[in-house]
Amino acid sequence: MTDTLTPILTKFWDASESWTLATYERNDGYRALRKALDMAPADVLGAVKDSSIRGRGGAGFPTGLKWSFMSPPDGGPRYLVVNADESEPGTCKDIPLMMANPHALIEGAIISSYAIGCEHAFIYLRGEVVHVYRRLLRAVEEARAAGYLGDDVGGKGVKVNITVHAGAGAYICGEETALLDSLEGRRGQPRLKPPFPGAAGLYARPTSVNNVESIASVPGIILRGPDWFKGMGTEKSTGFGIFSLSGHVAHPGQFEAPLGITMRELIELAGGMRQGHRLKFWTPGGSSTPIFTEEHLDVPLDFDSVAAAGSMLGTRALQVFDETVSVVRAVSRWTDFYAHESCGKCTPCREGTWWLRQIMNRIENGKGTQDDIDKLVDICDNILGRSFCALGDAATSPITSAVKYFREEFEAGMHTPAHELFPPGRSVLFDVQTKESSGMVTA
Amino acid sequence: MSCNDTSHASGHLHLRPESKEPYAPEVLEQLRVDAAEVIARYPQKRSALLPLLHLVQSVDGYVTGRGVSLCAELLDLTEAEVSGVATFYTQFKRHPNGEYTVGVCTNTLCAVMGGDQIFDTVAEHLGIGHDETTADGKITLERIECNAACDYAPVVMTNWEFFDNQTPDSTVQLVDDLREGKDVRPTRGPDRVCTFKQVSRVLAGFHDGLADQGPGAGPASLLGLRIAKEHGWTAPGDESDSSGDTPTDGKDGSK
Repeated sequence: MTDTLTPILTKFWDASESWTLATYERNDGYRALRKALDMAPADVLGAVKDSSIRGRGGAGFPTGLKWSFMSPPDGGPRYLVVNADESEPGTCKDIPLMMANPHALIEGAIISSYAIGCEHAFIYLRGEVVHVYRRLLRAVEEARAAGYLGDDVGGKGVKVNITVHAGAGAYICGEETALLDSLEGRRGQPRLKPPFPGAAGLYARPTSVNNVESIASVPGIILRGPDWFKGMGTEKSTGFGIFSLSGHVAHPGQFEAPLGITMRELIELAGGMRQGHRLKFWTPGGSSTPIFTEEHLDVPLDFDSVAAAGSMLGTRALQVFDETVSVVRAVSRWTDFYAHESCGKCTPCREGTWWLRQIMNRIENGKGTQDDIDKLVDICDNILGRSFCALGDAATSPITSAVKYFREEFEAGMHTPAHELFPPGRSVLFDVQTKESSGMVTA
Repeated sequence: MSCNDTSHASGHLHLRPESKEPYAPEVLEQLRVDAAEVIARYPQKRSALLPLLHLVQSVDGYVTGRGVSLCAELLDLTEAEVSGVATFYTQFKRHPNGEYTVGVCTNTLCAVMGGDQIFDTVAEHLGIGHDETTADGKITLERIECNAACDYAPVVMTNWEFFDNQTPDSTVQLVDDLREGKDVRPTRGPDRVCTFKQVSRVLAGFHDGLADQGPGAGPASLLGLRIAKEHGWTAPGDESDSSGDTPTDGKDGSK
């Protein structure tokens, strides 16, 4: 029986200068790299495969399997690209991880590169977090000076270099093929698959794109073994993950726990709901995952249990909203977001999110029409599964799930503005001289 | 109200004519030296385009016509290809940006927790709206999307440094301090906020030596760790471990 919380990646975030090489090495840092370099690359890959770790960026595809699906070596370059473009609304795990403990990612990237035969890895960091970029640049400098990066890693003749690349503000670049286009210096628009990045990724070479937390978990798997990792979590969702609680709980924060912990347990750890309020709805894995309500508090937060309950584990971005919040206002704002971030490449997403936004905004303003709910659901039906990438699908999740659980609030949007039904001043954390307008909605 | 006199009708496609005036020779020379360093980081030079556009902003304060021409020349691209990329990303500005970009998160969670009230109050205080700049050229105000700090909502970013747990009053104070030229310290970041141009140079991949400033983690990031320590909870195998470093009075984030 594992403990409720299992600090691993977060274990020394409270240390003085937690981000330095010295701190990392005092906490077993780079021991896994030394161990890996004494193994054959195939055995390193095998260990990651044996751990059954599933990707921590949202989709949950097994990391080891992704690596093993890469085209076999042909003498040309192969790439590891770390997706550090954390932008999914509600998601806030990779950014604090890279700020407090960047070397976990750097060591993981070196070991992973060794496993897949990559000599030049990239970390694609969103551009809007400049201090995290400083920490990563510094960590790479330190690792290079210590001989963990370069043309002779650990004195073993292995070549690995890392370039940390800053994006420039585009949610879509979290989609792996859009990220690759962006990294190639283009507009960040997704590519048609197949070919998958494992066959033709960066510069049309075999590439693995992996989330920050997935790669940062690799040193632990190598140092302590796949069985150690599998000793946490559930049979099909092994290991641990960082769960990010935000919103109307007493104490929002990060909780590193075995997969399968429940929202009820997490809210209790966060000190319960804010004083005098009760839970209304929450997202299990960011705004792109269908919302949950009180009835889902005991769903184990692992990939399969959350899917069976009708949503997705996503990035464990647990946004909590209490009874003061209009679900229509919340969903309307997310819809604005998807319309803003749609890259414009495919018609269902580009046009569909535009129309969803018009309808959501008028329902929020109490000006919805009789047909609007049906129209919303119909448009969602026409976007879902017909878009080029998952952004279009994601735009439909909050709408269809909110209509499912809170249809009466959408119906009320035919006559009463959301800010009258749910005065926004009641949801905020400070005293307000009730400023009811929400600026963005100017229908 | 705004110092941005670019016609809004032509939006981001319009570049002011003076933005195409040639660089001074010494500026151009330094840009070429820096650009060569950026290009050398990548197996294929086109990958250098995003950092080079950040570099242009570090000199010009926005993506100028001459900056577009330089990137095109250095990377063997057309100006249209460079402009096509520059207009895709929200951090690239097509008109002069303020010395400080103040971005209020108004995505759902921050908006609900108070981001909407913060934006409305600051916009009224400054007399400008989204993507507009104060007449003194100090502040560009923006509504921003989720910036991955939801456990610190409502969040305000200043030149892409974190200002956690903000209120309308704290943000008004922030913009007043910035306009008066006072040093302003982010919640989780370096000791003071750098200018838009300075930060743009970092984003081009030129380290400014400030990585060791500021905390490793804020209190919300450490909450689970603190609770685990109180209960003696550990990962398997760590039971006998004194759990790493002992926090000291230094730069830990628990203060």
